[in-house]
Amino acid sequence: MIRFRIIKREPLPGWAKIVIPIAAIIVTLILAAIPILFAGGHLWKSYFYLFHGALGTRYNLLETFVKASPLLLTGLAVAFAFRAKFWNIGAEGQLLAGALTATVLGVHLGSVPAVLVLPMVIIGGFLGGGIWASIPALLKTKLKVDDVVSTLLLNFVMIHIMGALLFGPLQQPGSSWPRSSAIVEAARYPILMAKSRFHMGILISLLAVFAVWFINKKTTFGYQSKAVGVNIRAAHFGGINTTSVILWTALISGGLAGLAGVGELCALQYRLIMDISPGYGYSGIVIAMLGNLHPVGVLFSSLFFSVIIVGAQTMSRMTGVPTYIAEVIQGMALMVMLVFLLFTEYKIRMVRK
Amino acid sequence: MVKNEQPVVKMSSITKRFLDVTANEDISFQLHRGEICALLGENGAGKTTLMNILFGYYSSDEGEIFIKGAKAALSAPRDAIARGVGMIHQHFALVPSQTVLENIIVGTDTGKGIFLDLKSARQALIELQERFGLQIDPEARVWTLSVGEQQKVEILKALYREVDILIMDEPTAVLAPAETADLFKTLRSLVEEGRSVVFISHKLNEVMDISDRIVVLRSGRVVAERKTAETSTKELANLMVGRELLENIEKKQLPPGPPVLEIKNLDVLNDKKLAALKNLNLVVRQNEILGIAGISGNGQKELSEVLFGMRLPTDGFIKVNDKPLKFGSPAAAIQSNMGRIPEDRIDTGLLMDLSVAENLILENHSTADFHRYGLLKSQKIHQFSDDLIKNYSIKTAGRDALTKSLSGGNLQKVMLARELAGEPSLIIASQPTRGLDVGAMEYIHRRILQERARGAGILLISEDLDEIFALSDRIVAIFEGEIMGESPGATASREQIGLWMSGVKT
Repeated sequence: MIRFRIIKREPLPGWAKIVIPIAAIIVTLILAAIPILFAGGHLWKSYFYLFHGALGTRYNLLETFVKASPLLLTGLAVAFAFRAKFWNIGAEGQLLAGALTATVLGVHLGSVPAVLVLPMVIIGGFLGGGIWASIPALLKTKLKVDDVVSTLLLNFVMIHIMGALLFGPLQQPGSSWPRSSAIVEAARYPILMAKSRFHMGILISLLAVFAVWFINKKTTFGYQSKAVGVNIRAAHFGGINTTSVILWTALISGGLAGLAGVGELCALQYRLIMDISPGYGYSGIVIAMLGNLHPVGVLFSSLFFSVIIVGAQTMSRMTGVPTYIAEVIQGMALMVMLVFLLFTEYKIRMVRK
Repeated sequence: MVKNEQPVVKMSSITKRFLDVTANEDISFQLHRGEICALLGENGAGKTTLMNILFGYYSSDEGEIFIKGAKAALSAPRDAIARGVGMIHQHFALVPSQTVLENIIVGTDTGKGIFLDLKSARQALIELQERFGLQIDPEARVWTLSVGEQQKVEILKALYREVDILIMDEPTAVLAPAETADLFKTLRSLVEEGRSVVFISHKLNEVMDISDRIVVLRSGRVVAERKTAETSTKELANLMVGRELLENIEKKQLPPGPPVLEIKNLDVLNDKKLAALKNLNLVVRQNEILGIAGISGNGQKELSEVLFGMRLPTDGFIKVNDKPLKFGSPAAAIQSNMGRIPEDRIDTGLLMDLSVAENLILENHSTADFHRYGLLKSQKIHQFSDDLIKNYSIKTAGRDALTKSLSGGNLQKVMLARELAGEPSLIIASQPTRGLDVGAMEYIHRRILQERARGAGILLISEDLDEIFALSDRIVAIFEGEIMGESPGATASREQIGLWMSGVKT
């Protein structure tokens, strides 16, 4: 009889960190064949349109970047928090908090000099997300409230706050829809490439990749935040103010998610609507894991996700496979990555009995 | 039938490598029926690795294993257990919230079908307990048991699985002297019944006490094998470290200077909110080592934690270098120019998942030496860590190697290097050599004496009386949070200190 056993393995060399996510993506794409066939799609055609739809034309390629921008920011937000073991599951709520703050500023800053409006909206959105994330961080450090639960539940609190405001004081006068008035022209992200939606927010999110890498690698704060994540007791023993490190980590993490909300508002919607985010905050968790919590890894995994999301539209149009396939693939990617991460520590051995 | 002459375990030419480290190299080992065989060696000598291979926890890269005459391919501990081999690790594998009985039957086929047969299991357990004198209430929850009792549960667990080859990895490291005596009695009764025991240890006296035969390992190889009756601790020590040990460390006479640490009327509670220290008063002076002798759990841990800033006292006053110490702040302790060696270097002292360099700069990364405007000065950090790695001869692949890849002795060197780099005027060393091998221990003792000669005052908290006697200028004994008596180091008698440690006031 042949049996399989899971046993602990010796630590893997450094290159595994790069190879594993790539292998996970390949395996995910292979596994995606099952639901595609199940939905009655032609396999090769479906794969072709999946990639062609995302990368095949100039417009689609740029659209892939447009889609990647919020995913990148929420992915960075989650990765930055997870590195310090602040389990921020609340990027969705922080994104909304950022969009909400930016809306209030963007609608009312008409009388401010135009050059100042966009910076104020961006900073406001960052702070909105950041302050919303610092609530669970305070609960964690002061009252030992579990951060997984509090960050997750605050997402729903934020959705309802937003709903109340969009049906109340923020509602566009005369509208019966839950939507705000439009933000002023000066609060909108400039479009950087003609005949596309490639906007300034994409550059901001790329800048954020660099900023997170720089903070992590080069600053005392990045060092402290890593130390807190590795062993909070030893960090405290070593004189690090762990409460302050967790609070600042939450502020930056929430701020990055807030910027994703600013981008959706100022580049695409121009007004706050209830479904401004189709769950970017939750995708950010998967993206952060797939990217091994490294900013450059997050960049690539967010691009992969946006290829799937954008490509699924074309695939659906051409082959009749529903666009939900994109979400199935995202879920699969997480599962596959988690399994692969498991196998960085364990291996399966076949035993003959 | 098992022949008496045939070894019950025969391991031949075992080699095991971890990445680029060879943990076992061409080791052959035999165990006979009815004997206690000690595996003696320093930390990192490969003792535990070898036995983990016999237990099926690791697989060897080369070599063969025969158990009771039959070749054994072990791919998991359950294969080993099926062949009668059991191993009790240093860290027990018990479920704290479950009862003794539940812990013992877990993973065995107790009962019929899906129903547990606790009744007959309990009966079998009680029979085992009576046979070997391992009395523990089967219904007691494991978390309520002392460490010694938990070890008994582990032994019963092995016996319940009909193990007749028992491997014990450093079983006495966690035990009080009386518990050790109990354990030895149990082990003897096991071998009298024809079972065999492998006893892993680096403590010479114990090995001399309990074993019939001793196999000495050094850097992954067998360097000697002796009948216990035909060897001496001195010979074993030399075999173990491969060089002559200094019998006594030289210690210069130094007149003590002004006080660097004054503790007045200190009251502290432990985690269970019971009094851990009661109205404690102590003074440590420059050029002086004050040894605190005591059995573990008498307030030493709480005392060091208060000094480290990791625990708040309920009352009292502490002055370091003539300035009051702010309580509950590790940062304040660091700023008071205190070098802090915590007893638990892995969970409290070091960041095991960070690099050696990142550990070395932990306490001064935010000083002007290592950053400007919040940006780390990597050049300076490299220089600083390379210097310390060299000065303390820390064996590591480099400053960027993960700290968890270091051996126990080298971890403690990292700890020392970090804490002594700032030339502290006061050093709190809590169990500085616990779990370390003879070589590392000697190194650390020398360092502590060097610091004393430099002018530091040292508070040495240790359960190891040899260490206290070898280093201290003054010795105090602590019992249930109170100082029982004080004696100059040079004239202290072991009997007197021993009495004080067990609560007898004279």
